[in-house]
Amino acid sequence: MLAIPSYVLVFVKFPVTRDVPWVNFLIFAAGLLLLVSGVRRAFRQPEQYGGKIAGPILGALGLALAGFFCFLVFYGTKQIPAAAGAPRVGQKAPDFTLVDTSHQQVSLAGLLSEPLPNSQTPPKGVLLVFYRGYW
Amino acid sequence: MDSPEESRDLCKKAGYTYPFLSDPDTDAIRKYDLLHRGAGVDGHDIARPAEFLVDASGVVRWVNLTDDFRVRARPDQILEQAKLLK
Repeated sequence: MLAIPSYVLVFVKFPVTRDVPWVNFLIFAAGLLLLVSGVRRAFRQPEQYGGKIAGPILGALGLALAGFFCFLVFYGTKQIPAAAGAPRVGQKAPDFTLVDTSHQQVSLAGLLSEPLPNSQTPPKGVLLVFYRGYW
Repeated sequence: MDSPEESRDLCKKAGYTYPFLSDPDTDAIRKYDLLHRGAGVDGHDIARPAEFLVDASGVVRWVNLTDDFRVRARPDQILEQAKLLK
């Protein structure tokens, strides 16, 4: 009764911490150990630990969740375009003009040539970060 | 694609002071070959993550094209490269 609910409860928490996978893998490892011992107990003492049906079902569910997580981490989040045509080191960065948060037109050429606030000289460079958005 | 208003709210909430630009027509995204078709909410086109360090003459000095959108360039990594700019 203690082993089965505990691994099911542990598994539920995984997606929340998926930004730091090594922690998740450690938790998964611990969860899988509990899962194995839980299923063994369920078979040895079915009356006491939830039976021979519930044990394997919950065990399979736990494994499926672990598998799903691994699928996302090792495959799912890597499905992005290669960007073979992106500018490389030594190439000229393509100029662009976009709107900022106050609807002002901002160009890369402008960012490179205009002094930063509290400065007289243009910056030594510009860092371009492309976000996926939806924050 | 986040609108200027959404970016403004994000900047206010998170305290970001650097320029946030919106690319509703995926103009700059396509110029940099970073379009991720249909990967956004409701199948909208978005950018795949990428970071470029451009020097004063407009030449790319450092690029980070991650192969996993959970994994991005780290601040210390970028600062190290930025210090090399003349």
